[in-house]
Amino acid sequence: MSARTKPPAPLEAVAGAFLARYEARPDGDAVRAEAAELFRSAGLPGPREEPWHYTTLRPLADAVFDAPHADPAALLGQLPDIPAPRLVFAQGRFRADLSVLPAGLTVHTGAPAWGTLARPAVEKLVALNTMLAEDGAEIKVADGVDGGTLVLASLATGGAFHPRHAIRLGHGARLTLIEVNAGTGAYLNNPVFSVVVADDAILSHLRIQIEAADAFHLSTLYAEVGARGTYDSFLLSLGARLARMEVHARLAGEKSAAHLNAAQLLGGSQHADFTTVVTHDAPATTSRQTVKNVLTGQSRGVFQGKIEVSRIAQKTDGYQMNQALLLSPQAEIDSKPQLEIYADDVKCSHGATVGELDPDQLFYLRSRGVPEAEARSILVRAFLSEALDPIAHDAARAAMEGLITTWWDGQIGREGAAV
Amino acid sequence: MAAVAETLDTVQSVTQSGYKWGFSTDIEMDIAPKGLTEDTIRLISARKNEPEWLLEWRLKAFAAWQTMTEPHWAKVHHAPIDYQDIHYYAAPKKKDGPKSLDEVDPELLAMYEKLGIPLKERAILAGVEGAEDAEEQRPQIAVDAVFDSVSVATTFRESLAKVGVIFCPISEAVRDHPDLVRQYLGTVVPTNDNYFAALNSAVFTDGSFVFIPKGVRCPMELSTYFRINARNSGQFERTLIIAEAGSHVSYLEGCTAPQRDENQLHAAVVELVAMDDATIKYSTVQNWYPGDAEGRGGIYNFVTKRGICRGARSKISWTQVETGSAITWKYPSCVLQGDDSVGEFYSVAVTTNRQQADTGTKMIHIGRNTRSTIVSKGISAGRSDNTYRGLVRVMPRAHGARNHTQCDSLLIGDQCGAHTVPYIESRNRSAKLEHEATTSKIADDQLFYCRQRGLSEEDAVNLIVNGFCKEVLKELPMEFAVEAQKLLAVSLEGSVG
Repeated sequence: MSARTKPPAPLEAVAGAFLARYEARPDGDAVRAEAAELFRSAGLPGPREEPWHYTTLRPLADAVFDAPHADPAALLGQLPDIPAPRLVFAQGRFRADLSVLPAGLTVHTGAPAWGTLARPAVEKLVALNTMLAEDGAEIKVADGVDGGTLVLASLATGGAFHPRHAIRLGHGARLTLIEVNAGTGAYLNNPVFSVVVADDAILSHLRIQIEAADAFHLSTLYAEVGARGTYDSFLLSLGARLARMEVHARLAGEKSAAHLNAAQLLGGSQHADFTTVVTHDAPATTSRQTVKNVLTGQSRGVFQGKIEVSRIAQKTDGYQMNQALLLSPQAEIDSKPQLEIYADDVKCSHGATVGELDPDQLFYLRSRGVPEAEARSILVRAFLSEALDPIAHDAARAAMEGLITTWWDGQIGREGAAV
Repeated sequence: MAAVAETLDTVQSVTQSGYKWGFSTDIEMDIAPKGLTEDTIRLISARKNEPEWLLEWRLKAFAAWQTMTEPHWAKVHHAPIDYQDIHYYAAPKKKDGPKSLDEVDPELLAMYEKLGIPLKERAILAGVEGAEDAEEQRPQIAVDAVFDSVSVATTFRESLAKVGVIFCPISEAVRDHPDLVRQYLGTVVPTNDNYFAALNSAVFTDGSFVFIPKGVRCPMELSTYFRINARNSGQFERTLIIAEAGSHVSYLEGCTAPQRDENQLHAAVVELVAMDDATIKYSTVQNWYPGDAEGRGGIYNFVTKRGICRGARSKISWTQVETGSAITWKYPSCVLQGDDSVGEFYSVAVTTNRQQADTGTKMIHIGRNTRSTIVSKGISAGRSDNTYRGLVRVMPRAHGARNHTQCDSLLIGDQCGAHTVPYIESRNRSAKLEHEATTSKIADDQLFYCRQRGLSEEDAVNLIVNGFCKEVLKELPMEFAVEAQKLLAVSLEGSVG
C-alpha cells in the first residue's frame, strides 16, 4: 500500500553506529557475536515490514542522546509510592545502592539474563538488544512460593541501553511485578524480557512507562504460560517521544490464560505503539485484551493485536477490545486487530471503536452543573476504568490513577479548553 | 439464470471434486503466441483497431509493470507464475453473421444453454441477423457475454439506447465513444496502481463499458457473464461504469469457467465512477474452477475493483458471493470523495478443499459525513484458508464520517483456517468507527435442533450456512440470490461429517 523502497539510508546509519559500538568492545561472547551477525544482515526494522506498518524508527536517525548527566538517584522520586522491595537500574546498569532486595526470591544481576524465549533472528530489536546488553535481572520464584510484590525500575538521564531481564515462576508460584520506566533527557531504552510462568503459577505484571519526553522506549517481551497458569499484565503508556511495546505471549499449557490490557495516553507529538501477538498453542486456553487509547495534540496511537490459534488449541476463548478516544483535531489512531485461526471449535472475537467524547454524555453532565473541563475528565476516566479496574494491586492501581490525573491536568494546562 | 439452477438439479454425481460447470467449448480461436513483450501489446492493440493514445497508454502501463514486483503480502501461496507462458489474446474467429440459430456453432449454443441464457438472448449473443429486431418487452436483463477475451455481443442495446444508456464492450466504446473512455479510463485505478492492475492495463482485451446519463434510472439490470475458455489464456477484462449525476444502475457479474488442469491467471480491473446523487450497485457471483480436491488447477483470481464516489450524496455498493477460484485476491473498494457519499461492501466467501481466499475491501473516507458499511461472511471448510483483509481510513477532512464493520468467520472442520486482518485508521476525531469480528463453528445445539426435526446433517448445515450469510444474500438481486444459495450448498457438499 505504500512506497516500495529499501529502508531509508538514515536508519542504516543508525544501525551502523550500533554495530560500531559493539565492535569497539569485543568480548568474545558467542551469544553476542551471533546476535551481531544477525543484526549486521537484518538492520533495524523498516516501514516495509508488516509489523512496522504504522511505526517508523526514522526519528532515531535525528536523535542525539544526552550523555548521562544527573545522578539517577534524584529520579527515585519519580517511582510510584509502592511499599515493596525494588531493583533499580540506572542507564541499564543495576544499582545496588538504590535497590532494596527482596526476600524469598532468587535475584541475579550484573550480567544480561538471556532467558530462553527471545528470538533475535526474528525480532530485529532483540538482535540489537542481545548484541549490546550489559546487565539485567534474573528473577526466580521457587515452586509454590508467593513472591509478593517486586518493583523493577529503569531510571535514565541519557545514553542508549539495552537491559535484558528473565523472570521465571515455578509451579504454583506467584508474583506481582511492577515495572517502571522513567527518566529525564534524551535516551534510548531497549529492554527485552523473557517471562516463563510454569503450571498453576500466576504472574501479575504491571507496567508503567513514564519515560522522558525526548526518550525512545522500545521494549520486547516474550511470555510462555504453562497449564492452568496466568500471565496477567497491564501497561500504562504515558511517556516517551516514541514508544513501541511489543508482547509475544504463548499459551503453551492446557487451560492457561493471558491478559494483555493497556492504556495509552498521548499528547503533543508523541507516538506510541502497543503490539501484541497471543499464540494459543494448547487446548482450552483463554486470552483477554482491553486496550484503550486517549489521544490529544498531534499524537498518534497504534494498536496491533494478533490472536493466533493453532490446530491443537481447540476450545480456545480469545477476546480483544480496542477503543480509542480522539480528543483533538490532529490526533490519529491506527488499529489492526487480527485473528489467525486454524482450529474450528473456538470462540474468538475482537472489536474496535474509534470516536470522540459522546456529546450527549457531555451535555448530560453539563446540564447537571458540571463544568466542561471536569465533565470531560469524568468521561475520560470512565472510558479508562474498564482497563484499570481489573488491577488487583490497590497501591499500584492508585499510583496509576494518580499518574493519569497528573497527565490529564498537564494536557489541560497545555491545550486549554481545546482538550 | 434459472437454467443454471436446473443444471444444478440435474447433476448426478456429487463428489467433492465434481465441478458442475466444468465444460469446455471447442471453437476456432484466433490466438496470439505465448509471451508478453511490447510486440504482444502492439498486436492486441492492432487487432482491436485501437487509436494511438490507447496503445501509448498500454505501453506506459507495460513499462510501469516491468519495474514492479509481484505482491506477496496476501495470505496465499502458489507456484511462481510464468508471465511469458500465457496467451494474452484469444478471440473466436470472425465469420459472417449466421442467418438463424441453426447456423450458429452448436458448441457455442450448448455453452449458452449451460450458462442459462434464454433462447432469445442466445440468438442475439450469437449474432443472428435480425434477432434484435424481434426484441420484446419480456426480458429484464441486458447481457454482455465476455467469451474469453472478446465480448461476443450485447443484448438489448437498443432499448437501453432509447434512454441514453450506453452498454457495450469496452473495445467498442473506445471506437464509438472515445472521449468518454479517455476521460475516465484509469482515473480510478491508475495504470501503476498495483502489479496486476498494471498488467491488466497493458494487455486488457475486453470488458464492459456502461454509461448512465444524467438523471436516468437504468430500466433493467445489466449483466455480464465471464467465462475463461481457451487453454492457457489469461483473462484480463476491463470494466468501466460511469453514472452521471442523479442516475442509478445495477450491474451483475456472473462467472463460471471450464475445468482445466493448468492454473489460469485472471487479472481484471473494474472502475466505477459515481457523480452527484448517483448510485451504482455492483453484484458478483464468482464460481470459477477452484481446482480439484488436492488443489491442482483452478483459477488465480487477482482482481482490482474500485469505485469512486466523486459526487455529493453518491453511493457505491459492492455485493459479492465468492465460491470459486483456487486463489482469490480481491478487494472491491470505495473512495468516498463526495460529501455525504456512501460506500457498502457485502461479501460471502466460501473456501473448501485447498482453496485460498484473501478478500475484503477498502473504504477511504475523504468527504464530510461519508458513511460506509462492511459486512463480510467467511466460511472455510476442508483444508482451505479464508482471510478477510480490510482497510477503513478516515482522512483529516472527513468530519462526521461513519463506519460499521462486521466480519464473521465460520469454520467447518479442523483442517481449515480463518483469518481476519482489519486496518482501522482515523485522523478525524468526529469520525465514528466500529469494528466487530467473530470466529466460530456451527454450534452443536444448532445442528442438533435441525437434525431432531428430521433434516439430514447436510441440509442442516446448508440451512445454518444460509442463515449465517443472509445479511449478504439479501443484498443480491433476486435471480442472483437464488443461484447464490444453490452455489453455497454445492460448494460445501461433502465437507460435513
